[in-house]
Amino acid sequence: MSHPERLGSPGGESVGTIAEPPHVNEKLADYAARHGLRQSAARPPLGKYLQSVWARRNFIWAFASAKNISLYSDSRLGQVWQVLTPLLNAAVYYLIFGLLLGLSRGLPDFIPFLVTGVFLFGFTQRSVTSGAKSVGDNLSLIRALHFPRATLPLAIAVVELQQLLLSLGVLFAIVFAYGEPLSLYLLLFVPVVMLQLMFNVGISMVMARIGAFNRDITQLLPFVMRTWLYASGVIFSLPSLMEKGSKLSQYPLLGELLQLNPAYVYLELSRHVLLSDYREYIERKYPMDVGQLWLTAGIWSVVMLVGGFLYFYKAEERYGRG
Amino acid sequence: MAETKVRGNNVEIDPSREPIVVVDDLHIVYRVYGAGGKGNAASAFARVVRRQHRPSMTEVHAIKGLSFVVYRGEAVGIIGTNGSGKSTLLKAIAGLLPPHSGGVYTDGQPSLLGVNAALMKDLTGERNIVLGCLAMGMSPADTKSRYQQIVDFAGLKEGFIQYPMRTYSSGMGARLRFAIAAAKTHDVLLIDEALATGDAKFRTKSKRRIDELRKEAGAVFLVAHQLDTIKEMCDRVIWIDDGRMHMDGDPEEVVAAYVEATGK
Repeated sequence: MSHPERLGSPGGESVGTIAEPPHVNEKLADYAARHGLRQSAARPPLGKYLQSVWARRNFIWAFASAKNISLYSDSRLGQVWQVLTPLLNAAVYYLIFGLLLGLSRGLPDFIPFLVTGVFLFGFTQRSVTSGAKSVGDNLSLIRALHFPRATLPLAIAVVELQQLLLSLGVLFAIVFAYGEPLSLYLLLFVPVVMLQLMFNVGISMVMARIGAFNRDITQLLPFVMRTWLYASGVIFSLPSLMEKGSKLSQYPLLGELLQLNPAYVYLELSRHVLLSDYREYIERKYPMDVGQLWLTAGIWSVVMLVGGFLYFYKAEERYGRG
Repeated sequence: MAETKVRGNNVEIDPSREPIVVVDDLHIVYRVYGAGGKGNAASAFARVVRRQHRPSMTEVHAIKGLSFVVYRGEAVGIIGTNGSGKSTLLKAIAGLLPPHSGGVYTDGQPSLLGVNAALMKDLTGERNIVLGCLAMGMSPADTKSRYQQIVDFAGLKEGFIQYPMRTYSSGMGARLRFAIAAAKTHDVLLIDEALATGDAKFRTKSKRRIDELRKEAGAVFLVAHQLDTIKEMCDRVIWIDDGRMHMDGDPEEVVAAYVEATGK
């Protein structure tokens, strides 16, 4: 053991002999507690944490905008890619699944159907992949300044929302170009996007915590996301895959499970409110309970948002440690 | 004269002053992963199958039982040779490294200023200032009013504030970081070599700012290898050797003893 020499201490060298009895042999931890000091590595209580996240709302917005601007700063076309990327994606899927494989079988207006699917699935997909990197990519910020870490995945969700709003401009242009009439149904698209946003915030928080402690996850995610894409009816209509006599109809349980898939639920709802031809087509051929769809969407959103936030918060004090 | 009391761990407490940081028999052990093994896929797979830990993982016992109390308004310099545990101690006080045993107790949230130069390297200095201020919980109005002050304090060359931070020299980056962090009143500010890259002019400015921060009833910790910086800015010096307390007291005396011991 070392024997520290204390020189010129502010209190002089006298050892307290006439000290107040209660504090004489007090442990340092108790002394600290008596003066209201807290463990520096502890995470704040939930209520306080929520408050401090709310107090950072300007930061979340500014961070998201800055991220959005720097995203394509290396390329010559810059922000144009925000619109070009989803368009090219949709074009590729149309080429392969619409023209080559002919999955459009009987579906009215396959292009708006496909573009809706690709854009809205991309919204969730990017929330997952960039959510997983949100802590790891900002380590220098985390280690330099103190702020509630939940603002990082929240900012990611806002980035993705800003991106989505841009591509929604393209989406609406396509939808109207295919002669979609203006109707009150279109207004229902707003709550669908809100529900999906809530879900995305939740899932990006879950991914943020997983990704912060398991870097391997970013290698695995592309495969998971591709599987999810095919299971969500992005490029084909899930209800028409389950018609009588089809392979999927032999496994009713699997069909049920696929219909509970959150990505499918948001996609189906979006198409239901945006594309009147598709709506009539589904009602005519594969009648389904739309109320059920809304209910599932609502439950997923709330459960994911609350659960994801709590899950992320539980590890708050461990982010950025090395 | 205020009375002092000696506790276990040989820590004296001045009951007349208000503590802001209490370090209680702190031990820090952390793991270091080296690039061991053959480094190919087959050996990595074999490792996973055998359920072994990463190769060449060693445990480093960096802090071995430190205890001390820091009071409001103190500026504490921490000295010691390379690898003595100075930076580890600051990280532990900031709450970035979990204690193996013992504990660190603070009032308010400590902020650590390290040597890595950029906050967000792809963004301009301008945006880094705004985001840094907002992240620290300042309102947009506060941020706006402090902006010019931060720019002046950092003293960047003309025009650099518009460039991405990755184009900055390490000194410029460190100055901007310090300027951003110093814009807010901190209860406990931990500075790890962040001033080393600054020139004489910047050092004078930082000293003034550190004095102000201390007057606002916080505490400042400073790790630096330039002993004159320590003597200039601190009113107490802790000398750490191999993760243990070696000496604690008046800057002149501790620094003199340190210089003698290290034969500088």
